[in-house]
Amino acid sequence: MREAFSKEIEKLAGADNRIIVLSGDIGNKMFDTFKSNYPDRFYNCGISEANMTSMAAGLAMCGFKPVTYTITAFNTLRCLEQIRLDVCFQNMPVIIVGVGGGLSYASLNATHQALEDIACLRVLPNMTVICPGDAWEVRGAINAALNLNGPVYIRLAKKNEPLVHDKMPDFEIGKGIIVKSGTDICFLNTGNTLPIAMKAAAKLSDSGISVQVVSMHTVKPLDQELLKDVFSKFQHVITIEEHSMSGGFGGSVAEWLSDQPQQKARLIRIGTPDKFMYEGGDQEYARQFFGITQDQIVARIHNLMKST
Amino acid sequence: MMNSSISELELIARKIRGELVKISNKTHTAHLGSALSCVDILVALYWGTLKTDSKDPLNIDRDRFLLSKGHAATTLYVTLNMRGFIPNETYESFGQPGCLLAEHPIYKPSIGIESTSGSLGHSLSLGLGMALASKINKLSYRVFVLMSDGECNEGSVWEAAMLAPAHKLENLVAIVDFNRWQATGRSEEITSLSSLKEKFQAFGWSSYEVNGHDIKAMNELFSAIPDGSHKPVAIIANTIKGKGVSFMEDDNNWHYRIPNNDHVTAALKELHLL
Repeated sequence: MREAFSKEIEKLAGADNRIIVLSGDIGNKMFDTFKSNYPDRFYNCGISEANMTSMAAGLAMCGFKPVTYTITAFNTLRCLEQIRLDVCFQNMPVIIVGVGGGLSYASLNATHQALEDIACLRVLPNMTVICPGDAWEVRGAINAALNLNGPVYIRLAKKNEPLVHDKMPDFEIGKGIIVKSGTDICFLNTGNTLPIAMKAAAKLSDSGISVQVVSMHTVKPLDQELLKDVFSKFQHVITIEEHSMSGGFGGSVAEWLSDQPQQKARLIRIGTPDKFMYEGGDQEYARQFFGITQDQIVARIHNLMKST
Repeated sequence: MMNSSISELELIARKIRGELVKISNKTHTAHLGSALSCVDILVALYWGTLKTDSKDPLNIDRDRFLLSKGHAATTLYVTLNMRGFIPNETYESFGQPGCLLAEHPIYKPSIGIESTSGSLGHSLSLGLGMALASKINKLSYRVFVLMSDGECNEGSVWEAAMLAPAHKLENLVAIVDFNRWQATGRSEEITSLSSLKEKFQAFGWSSYEVNGHDIKAMNELFSAIPDGSHKPVAIIANTIKGKGVSFMEDDNNWHYRIPNNDHVTAALKELHLL
Protein backbone atom coordinates (compact mmCIF):
# COMPACT_ATOMS: atom_id res chain seq x y z
CA MET A 1 0.00 0.00 0.00
CA ARG A 2 2.78 2.45 0.79
CA GLU A 3 4.21 2.25 -2.73
CA ALA A 4 0.75 2.93 -4.15
CA PHE A 5 0.52 5.94 -1.88
CA SER A 6 3.91 7.36 -2.82
CA LYS A 7 3.36 6.84 -6.55
CA GLU A 8 -0.13 8.33 -6.47
CA ILE A 9 0.84 11.36 -4.42
CA GLU A 10 3.72 12.02 -6.77
CA LYS A 11 1.38 11.89 -9.74
CA LEU A 12 -1.11 14.21 -8.05
CA ALA A 13 1.58 16.65 -6.94
CA GLY A 14 2.43 17.17 -10.60
CA ALA A 15 -1.07 18.47 -11.24
CA ASP A 16 -1.55 20.47 -8.04
CA ASN A 17 1.27 22.58 -6.65
CA ARG A 18 -0.53 23.02 -3.34
CA ILE A 19 0.25 19.41 -2.41
CA ILE A 20 3.12 19.22 0.05
CA VAL A 21 4.46 16.11 1.81
CA LEU A 22 5.78 16.17 5.37
CA SER A 23 7.52 13.04 6.56
CA GLY A 24 8.32 12.00 10.11
CA ASP A 25 11.74 10.69 9.16
CA ILE A 26 10.57 7.65 7.22
CA GLY A 27 10.07 6.70 3.59
CA ASN A 28 13.19 8.43 2.41
CA LYS A 29 13.92 6.29 -0.66
CA MET A 30 10.23 5.96 -1.45
CA PHE A 31 10.01 9.70 -2.07
CA ASP A 32 13.27 10.09 -4.00
CA THR A 33 11.62 11.06 -7.28
CA PHE A 34 9.06 13.23 -5.50
CA LYS A 35 11.92 15.07 -3.83
CA SER A 36 13.86 15.59 -7.02
CA ASN A 37 10.76 16.69 -8.95
CA TYR A 38 9.36 18.94 -6.23
CA PRO A 39 12.24 19.89 -3.93
CA ASP A 40 10.29 22.67 -2.22
CA ARG A 41 7.32 20.43 -1.50
CA PHE A 42 8.87 17.63 0.52
CA TYR A 43 10.06 18.16 4.09
CA ASN A 44 11.50 15.64 6.46
CA CYS A 45 10.29 17.05 9.77
CA GLY A 46 12.34 14.67 11.86
CA ILE A 47 10.96 12.51 14.63
CA SER A 48 8.53 15.08 15.97
CA GLU A 49 4.95 14.28 15.06
CA ALA A 50 3.40 17.00 17.21
CA ASN A 51 5.35 19.72 15.46
CA MET A 52 4.82 18.13 12.06
CA THR A 53 1.05 18.05 12.52
CA SER A 54 0.72 21.67 13.65
CA MET A 55 3.15 22.73 10.95
CA ALA A 56 0.93 21.01 8.39
CA ALA A 57 -2.04 22.97 9.77
CA GLY A 58 0.00 26.19 9.45
CA LEU A 59 0.77 25.38 5.81
CA ALA A 60 -2.90 24.61 5.20
CA MET A 61 -3.83 27.97 6.75
CA CYS A 62 -1.73 29.51 3.97
CA GLY A 63 -3.44 27.60 1.15
CA PHE A 64 -1.41 24.40 0.90
CA LYS A 65 -2.73 20.84 0.95
CA PRO A 66 -0.30 19.12 3.30
CA VAL A 67 0.03 15.37 3.72
CA THR A 68 1.79 14.13 6.85
CA TYR A 69 3.34 10.69 6.59
CA THR A 70 4.85 8.44 9.21
CA ILE A 71 4.17 5.24 11.17
CA THR A 72 0.51 5.32 12.04
CA ALA A 73 0.85 4.67 15.76
CA PHE A 74 2.92 7.85 15.98
CA ASN A 75 1.09 9.92 13.38
CA THR A 76 -2.20 9.56 15.26
CA LEU A 77 -1.90 8.97 19.00
CA ARG A 78 1.39 10.75 19.57
CA CYS A 79 -0.02 13.98 18.18
CA LEU A 80 -3.70 13.51 18.88
CA GLU A 81 -4.17 16.94 20.40
CA GLN A 82 -2.51 18.65 17.44
CA ILE A 83 -4.88 16.74 15.16
CA ARG A 84 -7.86 17.60 17.35
CA LEU A 85 -7.18 21.33 17.65
CA ASP A 86 -4.94 22.56 14.85
CA VAL A 87 -6.36 20.30 12.16
CA CYS A 88 -9.93 19.39 13.14
CA PHE A 89 -11.11 22.36 15.23
CA GLN A 90 -9.63 24.77 12.71
CA ASN A 91 -11.02 22.49 9.98
CA MET A 92 -7.89 22.46 7.82
CA PRO A 93 -7.35 20.30 4.72
CA VAL A 94 -4.56 18.23 6.23
CA ILE A 95 -4.28 14.58 5.21
CA ILE A 96 -2.76 12.33 7.84
CA VAL A 97 -1.36 9.19 6.27
CA GLY A 98 -0.23 6.42 8.60
CA VAL A 99 1.77 3.42 7.48
CA GLY A 100 1.66 0.23 9.55
CA GLY A 101 -2.05 0.13 10.36
CA GLY A 102 -3.22 -2.57 12.76
CA LEU A 103 -0.69 -5.36 13.21
CA SER A 104 1.44 -4.58 10.15
CA TYR A 105 4.43 -3.95 12.40
CA ALA A 106 3.40 -6.51 15.03
CA SER A 107 6.91 -7.84 15.59
CA LEU A 108 8.09 -4.41 16.76
CA ASN A 109 5.77 -4.78 19.80
CA ALA A 110 2.79 -2.72 20.91
CA THR A 111 4.71 0.54 20.41
CA HIS A 112 4.36 0.06 16.65
CA GLN A 113 0.95 -1.64 16.60
CA ALA A 114 -2.02 0.56 15.83
CA LEU A 115 -5.17 -0.89 17.32
CA GLU A 116 -6.69 2.24 18.85
CA ASP A 117 -6.14 4.84 16.13
CA ILE A 118 -9.50 4.51 14.38
CA ALA A 119 -11.29 4.89 17.70
CA CYS A 120 -9.37 8.02 18.62
CA LEU A 121 -9.64 9.76 15.27
CA ARG A 122 -13.21 8.98 14.35
CA VAL A 123 -14.58 10.81 17.38
CA LEU A 124 -13.01 14.07 16.24
CA PRO A 125 -15.52 16.43 14.64
CA ASN A 126 -14.72 17.35 10.99
CA MET A 127 -12.46 14.29 10.60
CA THR A 128 -12.92 11.71 7.83
CA VAL A 129 -11.43 8.25 8.46
CA ILE A 130 -10.46 5.99 5.56
CA CYS A 131 -8.94 2.51 5.82
CA PRO A 132 -8.24 1.25 2.30
CA GLY A 133 -8.53 -2.49 1.71
CA ASP A 134 -5.84 -2.79 -0.95
CA ALA A 135 -3.42 -0.72 -3.01
CA TRP A 136 -6.12 0.27 -5.51
CA GLU A 137 -8.24 1.65 -2.73
CA VAL A 138 -5.20 3.57 -1.47
CA ARG A 139 -5.02 5.35 -4.80
CA GLY A 140 -8.73 6.03 -4.74
CA ALA A 141 -8.54 7.28 -1.15
CA ILE A 142 -5.75 9.79 -1.71
CA ASN A 143 -7.50 11.22 -4.77
CA ALA A 144 -10.80 11.55 -2.94
CA ALA A 145 -9.16 12.96 0.19
CA LEU A 146 -7.43 15.73 -1.73
CA ASN A 147 -10.76 16.77 -3.23
CA LEU A 148 -12.50 16.88 0.12
CA ASN A 149 -10.88 20.06 1.45
CA GLY A 150 -11.02 18.99 5.10
CA PRO A 151 -9.18 16.79 7.61
CA VAL A 152 -8.71 13.17 6.50
CA TYR A 153 -6.97 10.22 8.08
CA ILE A 154 -5.82 7.46 5.71
CA ARG A 155 -4.68 4.25 7.38
CA LEU A 156 -2.28 2.19 5.28
CA ALA A 157 -0.90 -1.28 5.92
CA LYS A 158 2.71 -1.68 4.76
CA LYS A 159 3.87 -3.25 1.49
CA ASN A 160 3.06 -6.11 -0.87
CA GLU A 161 -0.43 -6.83 0.44
CA PRO A 162 -2.49 -8.97 -1.96
CA LEU A 163 -4.70 -7.00 -4.33
CA VAL A 164 -8.44 -7.50 -4.10
CA HIS A 165 -9.48 -5.23 -6.96
CA ASP A 166 -7.98 -5.70 -10.42
CA LYS A 167 -8.30 -2.02 -11.30
CA MET A 168 -9.17 1.26 -9.67
CA PRO A 169 -12.67 0.77 -8.22
CA ASP A 170 -15.28 3.52 -8.13
CA PHE A 171 -14.04 5.09 -4.96
CA GLU A 172 -16.27 7.51 -3.15
CA ILE A 173 -15.74 8.58 0.46
CA GLY A 174 -18.52 7.15 2.60
CA LYS A 175 -19.62 4.55 0.04
CA GLY A 176 -18.83 0.91 0.65
CA ILE A 177 -17.75 -1.28 -2.28
CA ILE A 178 -19.40 -4.68 -2.71
CA VAL A 179 -16.49 -6.88 -3.76
CA LYS A 180 -18.35 -10.20 -3.62
CA SER A 181 -22.07 -10.84 -3.62
CA GLY A 182 -23.70 -13.39 -1.34
CA THR A 183 -27.00 -14.27 0.27
CA ASP A 184 -26.53 -15.76 3.76
CA ILE A 185 -24.25 -13.53 5.74
CA CYS A 186 -22.43 -10.26 5.10
CA PHE A 187 -18.85 -9.32 5.90
CA LEU A 188 -18.23 -5.62 6.33
CA ASN A 189 -14.48 -5.20 6.26
CA THR A 190 -12.44 -2.11 6.86
CA GLY A 191 -8.77 -1.85 5.97
CA ASN A 192 -6.00 -4.36 5.51
CA THR A 193 -7.98 -7.45 6.52
CA LEU A 194 -9.87 -7.31 3.22
CA PRO A 195 -7.85 -10.19 1.68
CA ILE A 196 -8.54 -12.29 4.80
CA ALA A 197 -12.24 -11.53 4.55
CA MET A 198 -12.20 -12.60 0.89
CA LYS A 199 -10.40 -15.88 1.65
CA ALA A 200 -12.67 -16.66 4.59
CA ALA A 201 -15.69 -16.00 2.38
CA ALA A 202 -14.35 -18.38 -0.27
CA LYS A 203 -13.76 -21.08 2.32
CA LEU A 204 -17.25 -20.64 3.77
CA SER A 205 -18.84 -20.88 0.36
CA ASP A 206 -17.10 -24.28 -0.03
CA SER A 207 -19.19 -25.44 2.90
CA GLY A 208 -22.37 -23.96 1.48
CA ILE A 209 -22.47 -20.59 3.25
CA SER A 210 -22.87 -17.72 0.83
CA VAL A 211 -21.04 -14.63 2.02
CA GLN A 212 -21.29 -11.09 0.71
CA VAL A 213 -18.11 -9.07 1.22
CA VAL A 214 -18.16 -5.29 1.37
CA SER A 215 -15.10 -3.12 1.58
CA MET A 216 -16.14 -0.40 4.00
CA HIS A 217 -13.06 1.68 3.37
CA THR A 218 -14.63 4.71 5.02
CA VAL A 219 -15.19 4.34 8.75
CA LYS A 220 -16.37 7.92 9.03
CA PRO A 221 -18.78 8.92 7.63
CA LEU A 222 -20.45 5.50 7.69
CA ASP A 223 -22.31 4.37 4.60
CA GLN A 224 -25.71 4.37 6.31
CA GLU A 225 -27.61 3.48 3.18
CA LEU A 226 -25.56 0.33 2.76
CA LEU A 227 -25.86 -0.51 6.45
CA LYS A 228 -29.65 -0.22 6.30
CA ASP A 229 -29.67 -2.50 3.29
CA VAL A 230 -27.47 -5.26 4.69
CA PHE A 231 -29.00 -5.24 8.17
CA SER A 232 -32.45 -5.69 6.67
CA LYS A 233 -31.36 -8.36 4.23
CA PHE A 234 -28.96 -10.73 5.99
CA GLN A 235 -29.19 -12.93 9.08
CA HIS A 236 -25.75 -11.92 10.31
CA VAL A 237 -23.59 -8.93 9.61
CA ILE A 238 -19.96 -9.36 10.62
CA THR A 239 -17.55 -6.45 10.90
CA ILE A 240 -13.88 -7.28 10.37
CA GLU A 241 -10.95 -5.04 11.17
CA GLU A 242 -7.37 -5.15 12.43
CA HIS A 243 -8.23 -2.81 15.28
CA SER A 244 -9.75 -2.97 18.73
CA MET A 245 -13.39 -3.97 18.76
CA SER A 246 -13.97 -1.14 21.22
CA GLY A 247 -14.43 2.10 19.40
CA GLY A 248 -13.23 0.89 16.03
CA PHE A 249 -15.23 0.20 12.91
CA GLY A 250 -17.30 -2.53 14.60
CA GLY A 251 -17.89 -0.18 17.49
CA SER A 252 -19.12 2.54 15.18
CA VAL A 253 -21.51 0.15 13.42
CA ALA A 254 -22.77 -0.93 16.88
CA GLU A 255 -23.41 2.71 17.74
CA TRP A 256 -25.26 3.22 14.49
CA LEU A 257 -27.30 0.06 15.07
CA SER A 258 -28.38 1.13 18.55
CA ASP A 259 -30.06 4.17 17.02
CA GLN A 260 -32.03 2.13 14.47
CA PRO A 261 -35.37 0.41 14.77
CA GLN A 262 -35.10 -3.38 15.27
CA GLN A 263 -33.16 -4.88 12.37
CA LYS A 264 -33.21 -8.37 10.95
CA ALA A 265 -29.49 -8.99 11.16
CA ARG A 266 -27.46 -9.55 14.29
CA LEU A 267 -24.11 -7.73 14.46
CA ILE A 268 -20.95 -9.71 15.19
CA ARG A 269 -17.70 -7.81 15.59
CA ILE A 270 -14.35 -9.33 14.69
CA GLY A 271 -11.34 -7.34 15.80
CA THR A 272 -8.81 -7.33 18.58
CA PRO A 273 -10.02 -7.73 22.17
CA ASP A 274 -9.16 -5.33 24.99
CA LYS A 275 -5.59 -6.47 25.58
CA PHE A 276 -1.97 -5.84 24.62
CA MET A 277 0.38 -8.48 23.25
CA TYR A 278 3.39 -8.77 25.54
CA GLU A 279 5.43 -11.05 23.28
CA GLY A 280 7.32 -11.09 20.01
CA GLY A 281 5.85 -12.43 16.80
CA ASP A 282 5.07 -11.34 13.27
CA GLN A 283 1.77 -10.12 11.86
CA GLU A 284 0.50 -13.62 11.20
CA TYR A 285 1.33 -14.68 14.75
CA ALA A 286 -0.30 -11.56 16.16
CA ARG A 287 -3.46 -12.13 14.13
CA GLN A 288 -3.60 -15.63 15.59
CA PHE A 289 -3.00 -14.20 19.07
CA PHE A 290 -5.89 -11.77 18.70
CA GLY A 291 -8.19 -14.18 16.87
CA ILE A 292 -8.48 -12.55 13.47
CA THR A 293 -6.96 -15.11 11.07
CA GLN A 294 -8.93 -16.58 8.21
CA ASP A 295 -9.30 -19.94 9.99
CA GLN A 296 -10.44 -18.35 13.23
CA ILE A 297 -13.01 -16.26 11.39
CA VAL A 298 -14.28 -19.31 9.48
CA ALA A 299 -14.54 -21.33 12.71
CA ARG A 300 -16.41 -18.51 14.37
CA ILE A 301 -18.93 -18.32 11.55
CA HIS A 302 -19.49 -22.09 11.63
CA ASN A 303 -20.23 -21.89 15.36
CA LEU A 304 -22.53 -18.97 14.76
CA MET A 305 -24.47 -20.79 12.06
CA LYS A 306 -24.76 -23.90 14.25
CA SER A 307 -26.20 -21.94 17.15
CA THR A 308 -28.89 -20.23 15.07
CA MET B 1 6.39 52.07 10.11
CA MET B 2 5.84 53.95 13.34
CA ASN B 3 3.14 56.57 12.93
CA SER B 4 2.68 57.49 16.54
CA SER B 5 5.02 59.02 19.06
CA ILE B 6 6.12 56.98 22.04
CA SER B 7 3.96 59.00 24.43
CA GLU B 8 0.94 58.28 22.25
CA LEU B 9 1.78 54.58 22.26
CA GLU B 10 2.14 54.61 26.02
CA LEU B 11 -1.29 56.21 26.29
CA ILE B 12 -2.69 53.47 24.06
CA ALA B 13 -1.07 50.85 26.30
CA ARG B 14 -2.64 52.45 29.38
CA LYS B 15 -6.05 52.50 27.70
CA ILE B 16 -5.73 48.81 26.82
CA ARG B 17 -4.80 48.01 30.42
CA GLY B 18 -7.81 49.93 31.72
CA GLU B 19 -10.04 48.06 29.31
CA LEU B 20 -8.59 44.71 30.40
CA VAL B 21 -9.29 45.41 34.08
CA LYS B 22 -12.84 46.48 33.26
CA ILE B 23 -13.49 43.45 31.06
CA SER B 24 -12.20 41.05 33.69
CA ASN B 25 -14.46 42.69 36.29
CA LYS B 26 -17.49 42.78 34.02
CA THR B 27 -17.24 39.32 32.46
CA HIS B 28 -15.40 37.50 35.28
CA THR B 29 -12.62 36.56 32.90
CA ALA B 30 -9.49 35.24 34.63
CA HIS B 31 -5.83 35.53 33.57
CA LEU B 32 -5.74 39.30 34.07
CA GLY B 33 -2.11 39.22 35.19
CA SER B 34 -1.12 37.38 32.01
CA ALA B 35 -3.14 39.78 29.87
CA LEU B 36 -1.53 42.88 31.42
CA SER B 37 1.91 41.37 31.07
CA CYS B 38 1.91 41.37 27.25
CA VAL B 39 0.13 44.67 26.51
CA ASP B 40 3.24 46.61 25.51
CA ILE B 41 4.38 43.78 23.25
CA LEU B 42 1.10 43.91 21.34
CA VAL B 43 1.24 47.71 21.15
CA ALA B 44 4.75 47.51 19.69
CA LEU B 45 3.53 44.93 17.18
CA TYR B 46 0.20 46.40 16.14
CA TRP B 47 1.20 50.07 16.21
CA GLY B 48 4.59 49.91 14.60
CA THR B 49 5.63 46.55 13.32
CA LEU B 50 2.99 44.40 11.67
CA LYS B 51 2.22 44.92 8.02
CA THR B 52 -1.49 44.26 8.27
CA ASP B 53 -4.56 46.13 7.16
CA SER B 54 -7.98 45.78 8.76
CA LYS B 55 -9.53 46.67 5.38
CA ASP B 56 -7.73 43.75 3.77
CA PRO B 57 -7.41 41.24 6.61
CA LEU B 58 -6.87 38.21 4.37
CA ASN B 59 -4.11 39.70 2.22
CA ILE B 60 -1.87 36.77 1.34
CA ASP B 61 1.30 38.72 2.13
CA ARG B 62 0.20 40.14 5.49
CA ASP B 63 2.36 39.71 8.55
CA ARG B 64 0.85 37.14 10.91
CA PHE B 65 0.58 37.45 14.67
CA LEU B 66 -0.26 34.29 16.60
CA LEU B 67 -1.19 34.58 20.25
CA SER B 68 0.11 31.25 21.44
CA LYS B 69 -0.56 32.16 25.09
CA GLY B 70 -4.27 32.09 24.38
CA HIS B 71 -5.18 32.88 27.98
CA ALA B 72 -4.28 36.50 27.21
CA ALA B 73 -7.07 36.57 24.63
CA THR B 74 -8.58 39.79 26.00
CA THR B 75 -5.37 41.68 25.19
CA LEU B 76 -5.67 40.47 21.61
CA TYR B 77 -9.37 41.36 21.40
CA VAL B 78 -8.91 44.88 22.78
CA THR B 79 -6.01 45.44 20.40
CA LEU B 80 -7.78 44.05 17.34
CA ASN B 81 -10.83 46.16 18.14
CA MET B 82 -8.75 49.34 18.49
CA ARG B 83 -7.00 48.53 15.21
CA GLY B 84 -10.33 48.04 13.41
CA PHE B 85 -10.19 44.28 12.88
CA ILE B 86 -12.85 43.26 15.39
CA PRO B 87 -16.05 45.26 14.85
CA ASN B 88 -17.46 47.05 17.91
CA GLU B 89 -20.58 44.93 18.02
CA THR B 90 -18.55 41.72 18.11
CA TYR B 91 -16.15 43.17 20.62
CA GLU B 92 -18.89 44.35 22.96
CA SER B 93 -20.54 40.94 22.94
CA PHE B 94 -17.47 39.35 24.59
CA GLY B 95 -18.49 37.29 27.59
CA GLN B 96 -22.07 36.78 26.44
CA PRO B 97 -23.31 33.30 25.58
CA GLY B 98 -23.12 32.71 21.84
CA CYS B 99 -20.58 35.48 21.23
CA LEU B 100 -17.92 35.08 18.57
CA LEU B 101 -15.08 35.71 21.01
CA ALA B 102 -14.41 32.93 23.50
CA GLU B 103 -12.11 33.21 26.52
CA HIS B 104 -9.38 31.72 24.33
CA PRO B 105 -9.13 32.75 20.67
CA ILE B 106 -10.83 30.77 17.91
CA TYR B 107 -9.30 31.00 14.42
CA LYS B 108 -11.01 33.68 12.36
CA PRO B 109 -8.57 35.55 10.14
CA SER B 110 -11.27 37.86 8.77
CA ILE B 111 -11.23 39.63 12.15
CA GLY B 112 -7.51 39.23 12.69
CA ILE B 113 -7.51 36.07 14.79
CA GLU B 114 -4.82 34.09 13.02
CA SER B 115 -4.96 30.86 15.05
CA THR B 116 -6.87 28.95 17.65
CA SER B 117 -5.06 28.75 20.97
CA GLY B 118 -5.69 27.82 24.56
CA SER B 119 -3.75 24.62 24.69
CA LEU B 120 -0.15 25.72 25.00
CA GLY B 121 2.72 24.82 22.73
CA HIS B 122 0.87 24.80 19.41
CA SER B 123 1.36 28.15 17.72
CA LEU B 124 5.11 28.09 17.21
CA SER B 125 4.60 25.01 15.02
CA LEU B 126 1.64 26.61 13.24
CA GLY B 127 3.81 29.68 12.71
CA LEU B 128 6.60 27.50 11.38
CA GLY B 129 4.23 26.13 8.74
CA MET B 130 3.12 29.67 7.87
CA ALA B 131 6.70 30.93 7.67
CA LEU B 132 7.61 28.01 5.42
CA ALA B 133 4.58 28.78 3.22
CA SER B 134 5.87 32.35 2.87
CA LYS B 135 9.20 31.05 1.69
CA ILE B 136 7.76 28.51 -0.77
CA ASN B 137 5.41 31.13 -2.21
CA LYS B 138 8.26 33.66 -2.37
CA LEU B 139 6.35 36.16 -0.25
CA SER B 140 7.87 38.52 2.27
CA TYR B 141 5.58 38.27 5.28
CA ARG B 142 6.79 37.52 8.76
CA VAL B 143 5.16 35.42 11.46
CA PHE B 144 5.29 36.61 15.06
CA VAL B 145 4.37 34.06 17.72
CA LEU B 146 3.85 35.23 21.30
CA MET B 147 4.40 32.53 23.91
CA SER B 148 4.44 32.61 27.68
CA ASP B 149 7.45 31.43 29.65
CA GLY B 150 5.38 28.67 31.25
CA GLU B 151 4.42 27.55 27.77
CA CYS B 152 8.05 26.69 27.11
CA ASN B 153 7.48 23.66 29.39
CA GLU B 154 5.77 22.05 26.40
CA GLY B 155 8.01 19.73 24.39
CA SER B 156 6.43 20.68 21.08
CA VAL B 157 7.93 24.19 21.45
CA TRP B 158 11.37 22.63 21.28
CA GLU B 159 10.45 20.37 18.37
CA ALA B 160 9.60 23.52 16.43
CA ALA B 161 12.69 25.26 17.79
CA MET B 162 14.88 22.52 16.31
CA LEU B 163 13.24 22.42 12.89
CA ALA B 164 12.91 26.13 12.07
CA PRO B 165 16.65 26.92 11.87
CA ALA B 166 17.23 23.89 9.62
CA HIS B 167 15.05 25.61 7.02
CA LYS B 168 16.53 29.06 7.66
CA LEU B 169 13.12 30.51 8.46
CA GLU B 170 14.36 34.03 9.12
CA ASN B 171 10.78 35.29 8.90
CA LEU B 172 9.68 33.33 11.99
CA VAL B 173 9.78 35.20 15.28
CA ALA B 174 9.23 33.62 18.69
CA ILE B 175 8.55 36.19 21.39
CA VAL B 176 8.52 34.90 24.96
CA ASP B 177 6.57 37.02 27.44
CA PHE B 178 8.99 36.24 30.24
CA ASN B 179 7.12 37.35 33.36
CA ARG B 180 8.66 34.61 35.48
CA TRP B 181 5.35 33.22 36.68
CA GLN B 182 3.20 30.36 35.55
CA ALA B 183 -0.15 29.25 36.94
CA THR B 184 1.06 27.91 40.26
CA GLY B 185 4.56 29.18 40.82
CA ARG B 186 7.79 30.77 39.68
CA SER B 187 8.50 29.45 36.21
CA GLU B 188 12.22 29.14 36.86
CA GLU B 189 11.58 26.98 39.93
CA ILE B 190 9.11 24.65 38.20
CA THR B 191 11.33 23.83 35.24
CA SER B 192 14.80 24.95 34.29
CA LEU B 193 13.75 27.99 32.29
CA SER B 194 16.73 30.19 33.01
CA SER B 195 18.91 31.28 30.10
CA LEU B 196 16.07 31.01 27.63
CA LYS B 197 17.96 33.31 25.30
CA GLU B 198 20.93 30.95 25.33
CA LYS B 199 18.65 27.96 24.90
CA PHE B 200 17.20 29.35 21.68
CA GLN B 201 20.66 30.41 20.58
CA ALA B 202 21.92 26.87 21.10
CA PHE B 203 19.02 25.61 18.98
CA GLY B 204 20.22 27.80 16.10
CA TRP B 205 18.10 30.91 16.57
CA SER B 206 19.13 34.53 16.45
CA SER B 207 18.36 35.42 20.04
CA TYR B 208 17.66 38.75 21.74
CA GLU B 209 16.60 40.00 25.13
CA VAL B 210 14.51 43.12 25.51
CA ASN B 211 12.52 44.99 28.12
CA GLY B 212 9.00 43.82 27.29
CA HIS B 213 7.55 47.11 28.51
CA ASP B 214 9.81 49.34 26.42
CA ILE B 215 7.69 49.91 23.35
CA LYS B 216 10.36 51.92 21.54
CA ALA B 217 13.04 49.29 22.04
CA MET B 218 10.69 46.54 20.87
CA ASN B 219 9.61 48.56 17.83
CA GLU B 220 13.23 48.92 16.79
CA LEU B 221 13.97 45.26 17.35
CA PHE B 222 10.82 43.91 15.65
CA SER B 223 11.18 46.21 12.67
CA ALA B 224 14.70 44.95 11.97
CA ILE B 225 13.46 41.40 11.31
CA PRO B 226 14.68 39.51 9.28
CA ASP B 227 17.93 40.47 10.91
CA GLY B 228 20.26 39.28 8.16
CA SER B 229 21.40 36.19 10.05
CA HIS B 230 19.21 33.82 7.98
CA LYS B 231 18.03 32.39 11.29
CA PRO B 232 14.64 32.48 12.96
CA VAL B 233 14.50 35.11 15.66
CA ALA B 234 13.78 34.51 19.37
CA ILE B 235 13.05 37.49 21.57
CA ILE B 236 12.95 37.08 25.31
CA ALA B 237 10.80 39.97 26.48
CA ASN B 238 11.35 40.54 30.19
CA THR B 239 8.02 41.54 31.65
CA ILE B 240 6.14 41.93 34.90
CA LYS B 241 2.98 39.94 35.36
CA GLY B 242 0.11 42.33 36.12
CA LYS B 243 2.15 45.27 34.78
CA GLY B 244 0.61 48.72 35.11
CA VAL B 245 -1.49 48.17 38.21
CA SER B 246 0.72 48.35 41.30
CA PHE B 247 -1.27 45.96 43.45
CA MET B 248 -1.33 43.35 40.70
CA GLU B 249 2.30 43.60 39.63
CA ASP B 250 4.28 40.43 40.19
CA ASP B 251 1.47 39.01 42.35
CA ASN B 252 0.52 35.66 40.88
CA ASN B 253 -2.85 35.66 42.62
CA TRP B 254 -4.02 37.70 39.65
CA HIS B 255 -3.58 34.71 37.39
CA TYR B 256 -7.06 33.67 38.46
CA ARG B 257 -8.39 36.48 40.66
CA ILE B 258 -11.20 38.73 39.36
CA PRO B 259 -11.05 42.43 40.26
CA ASN B 260 -14.01 43.91 42.16
CA ASN B 261 -15.37 47.41 41.56
CA ASP B 262 -12.95 48.99 44.06
CA HIS B 263 -10.03 47.30 42.35
CA VAL B 264 -11.24 48.67 39.02
CA THR B 265 -11.48 52.24 40.34
CA ALA B 266 -8.05 52.04 41.94
CA ALA B 267 -6.55 50.56 38.77
CA LEU B 268 -8.08 53.18 36.48
CA LYS B 269 -6.80 55.95 38.76
CA GLU B 270 -3.29 54.53 38.63
CA LEU B 271 -3.50 54.35 34.87
CA HIS B 272 -4.59 58.01 34.80
CA LEU B 273 -7.81 57.01 33.11
CA LEU B 274 -10.06 58.47 35.78
